[in-house]
Amino acid sequence: MDFQIALILGQDGITNGAIYALLALALVLVFAVTRVIFIPQGEFVAYGALTLAMIGNNVFPATAWLLLGAGIAVAALDGLGALRAGQARKLPRVLAVNVGYPLAVIALLRLLPLAELGLAVQILLAMLIVVPLGPMMYRIVYQPIAEATVLVLLIVSVASHVAMVGLGLLFFGAEGYRTPPLSDARFDLGSLSISGQTIWVVAASIVLIVALALFFGRTIYGKALRATAINRNGARLMGIPPALAGKLTFLLAALIGVLSGVLISPITTIYYDSGFLIGLKGFVAAIIGGLASYPLAAFGAVLVGLLESFSSFWASAYKEVLVFTLIIPVLVWRSLTSHHVEEEE
Amino acid sequence: MKPALSPRLVLAAFAALLVVAPLALPAFYVTLLNYIGLYAMVALGLVLLTGVGGLTSFGQAAFVGLGAYTTALLTTSAELPGWLSWAGGSPWLALVVGLLFTVVVAFLIGKLTLRLSGHYLPLATIAWGLSLYFLFGTMGFLGGHTGLTGIPPISLFGYELRQGEEVYYLIWLFVLAGVLTTSNLLDSREGRAIRALKGGMVMAEAMGVDTARSRMVIFILAALLACASGWLYAHMQRFVNPTPFGLHIGIEYLFMAVVGGAAHVWGALVGAGVITVLKQWLQDLLPQLFGTSGNFEVIFFGVLMVLVLHKARGGLWPIVVSGFKRFVPVAVQRQVVDRDAQALPRRELPAAGSLLLEAKAVTRRFGGLLANNNMSLEVRAGEILALIGPNGAGKSTMFNQVSGVDTPTSGEVLFLGESVVGKGSRTIARMGMSRTFQHVRLLPTMSVLENVAIGAHMRGTSGVLSAAWRMDRAEEARLLAEAARQIERVGLGEHMFDEAGSLALGQQRILEIARALASDPCLLLLDEPAAGLRYKEKEALGDLLRKLRGEGMGVLLVEHDMDFVMGLVDRVVVMEFGEKIAEGLPEDVQRDPAVLAAYLGGED
Repeated sequence: MDFQIALILGQDGITNGAIYALLALALVLVFAVTRVIFIPQGEFVAYGALTLAMIGNNVFPATAWLLLGAGIAVAALDGLGALRAGQARKLPRVLAVNVGYPLAVIALLRLLPLAELGLAVQILLAMLIVVPLGPMMYRIVYQPIAEATVLVLLIVSVASHVAMVGLGLLFFGAEGYRTPPLSDARFDLGSLSISGQTIWVVAASIVLIVALALFFGRTIYGKALRATAINRNGARLMGIPPALAGKLTFLLAALIGVLSGVLISPITTIYYDSGFLIGLKGFVAAIIGGLASYPLAAFGAVLVGLLESFSSFWASAYKEVLVFTLIIPVLVWRSLTSHHVEEEE
Repeated sequence: MKPALSPRLVLAAFAALLVVAPLALPAFYVTLLNYIGLYAMVALGLVLLTGVGGLTSFGQAAFVGLGAYTTALLTTSAELPGWLSWAGGSPWLALVVGLLFTVVVAFLIGKLTLRLSGHYLPLATIAWGLSLYFLFGTMGFLGGHTGLTGIPPISLFGYELRQGEEVYYLIWLFVLAGVLTTSNLLDSREGRAIRALKGGMVMAEAMGVDTARSRMVIFILAALLACASGWLYAHMQRFVNPTPFGLHIGIEYLFMAVVGGAAHVWGALVGAGVITVLKQWLQDLLPQLFGTSGNFEVIFFGVLMVLVLHKARGGLWPIVVSGFKRFVPVAVQRQVVDRDAQALPRRELPAAGSLLLEAKAVTRRFGGLLANNNMSLEVRAGEILALIGPNGAGKSTMFNQVSGVDTPTSGEVLFLGESVVGKGSRTIARMGMSRTFQHVRLLPTMSVLENVAIGAHMRGTSGVLSAAWRMDRAEEARLLAEAARQIERVGLGEHMFDEAGSLALGQQRILEIARALASDPCLLLLDEPAAGLRYKEKEALGDLLRKLRGEGMGVLLVEHDMDFVMGLVDRVVVMEFGEKIAEGLPEDVQRDPAVLAAYLGGED
């Protein structure tokens, strides 16, 4: 290996690392607020990327049907709940939000000349379809068992992941797709050539991280989420509904997932099941941060990205093995620093 | 009422059905039953791990692969390295090697992850499940993605098991052996320790249970069951490739355990059966329905899992049982207490008046909060010392410092003349200190008898293997008899076989005293034992404590009920804001101005 190759690999590693950092942040956030280990995070990456690819290919994205289905399920759950509570006047709103919105999105997709739209509009459409699936998923899957143990929530996460991968195969087929890069520009810095896409990825990640920091530091909803993360019961007593916190968190997680998908799909071919491995790398990073520290998780993400790109050069067959065994020294370190026997929740 | 069947008879009927099945069923169904048996073994390990022990692994498929690949390599490779050549060619020797290898691998993985809090283990299992799968696929000597072929069939007494219905009997023999050894294990001293892992770790440690060891035991057992399943699989299929050992299959195994009923050994069989049959059926149906081929059954399984966890967290087995019992009454099996069992040896109590516990200048900080500041107290054999104080005075924190649940920031705690700071509650329990908890820590679904028997854990020695093969019965009878004695001593005799969670709160506190006494302590730490008791019950508790004092036991008591305290104890230590404000005889302390100020509000 010479310096040149090291620079290219380093650039690759940092680009992927930036995306893993976003995912790690989402995972830490979801775990802190809801205690859910959000395995389906990766599916949002794949759904986002593939929905965008469908739109770009002028194909009606089948995820819109999932949006409608999930919306109907939420409407049924919330509607029945409202009826039982004798609040029938809430029904129109429940229906408009959960069924009306998906129908509006479907109508939009039918009417617009999908392939002729600009990339930015296409991305916006993909987000309109996939992002609401996050809070809907929370409502259907997690909210009924919000008080269950971390272990039960984790098993539910894995079950949802498995179902979403199966649906992904149904929606997108077994073929992989790449989406057009956000920028074709190249910048030469001495011997190093940096692609516009790399700059987009790194810049977008940094902007998102700063935006999240501002959201949590400055806005009332961000503070509510932080309060819930620190003490769920205390937050509830202060008037923060746990269901709202959960849905908001899942909205953010889905948003981050879709954006990560949009950022990564010009670099890597995305298949219906690619999300899982991408999400898991975010997990390795999040574990480095102990599922609690945002800066450590971001640092871990860059480490994972670099390890991945360099090991794909030296021992490409063992690339995945190396990345996933990285968590072993991390776990050893964590097990050496924790002492007392503690009760699981 | 119809006469109830004994569970043994139901089991025998099930076994008879299994024997007849391959004679009556077409080959296709025999093959299906073979698979169900293989999967059930893995799911059984997960029942032990997840349903009973509260740990989870998504990586069990990798252990199946370990068993399958070990035997495939050993029985097909022409040139084994010299040190392994003895194991070549024979499936049975390969099984031994595979099991040993699995123990080593599981031990190493367990060492790395089992000490961490619950969710790291499943995440780690995802990671190594993936890694092992990639390794199976990339290592040249394992045949890469095409795998290894030409694996010989298993032979038994010179007879080769080539056909599906021949392997069938071997598989189901393994399954039944697995189920029986697992249920034997769970109904034993070690089994109670394992069942305490889910929600009772702090309590179990305080009763002298090495919870880290118990976790390791079930992790290794689950891995061994998976390995044996892989061994059978390899010799049934006669070839192996990486596909059946991937992470998605590992997830499917967990689904089987959860759908079947993760808390019951038979749930593993139900789950394996339901998922395998459903999968077979859906794999035919769904591609036709959707018009393309693919593993669409996973959509259905995912949704099924979510529904099961929403609506019937116990899985299908409890539903099957209650349905079955509606038609066929089955007798409830109760633990038997053998009153004639030889009593357990007792500790020699220190002479009355000798110093048992001495806390010197104990300080505990939580960040900026000073929960205990420069606290000192001592307890002697044959005396009852009360630690009293207003709410939030730091009494329970002090308890935790003394009993090793927590470690003081500074200061010294001596028990029987030995420093116990930082030793952990398990070691301290072994030295002869036992305790109850302010917030009762019981295993609510276990019987009163079993809960108290956990207290006697460290007075027994029989291990996992002797429990699994029922060589522990003499000792088990002694432990249960001791537990029964303590239950009667505290006056809960009529509730011996009730679920602990069904008792009133006051009774649960008394149960905790029985459990502490079952460990044969010389010092008893009681955290608010009289809370929630009625007058008569309080009187009985007072009598019991007086009797224990008479026998030479030391008692340290945190209590709010002043009538109860003042008529009972020898000395009182009063705390406020983490500090000692008074110490002395009950009547002196009651007149102490600082104490009166603390309780009633002083004049400024």
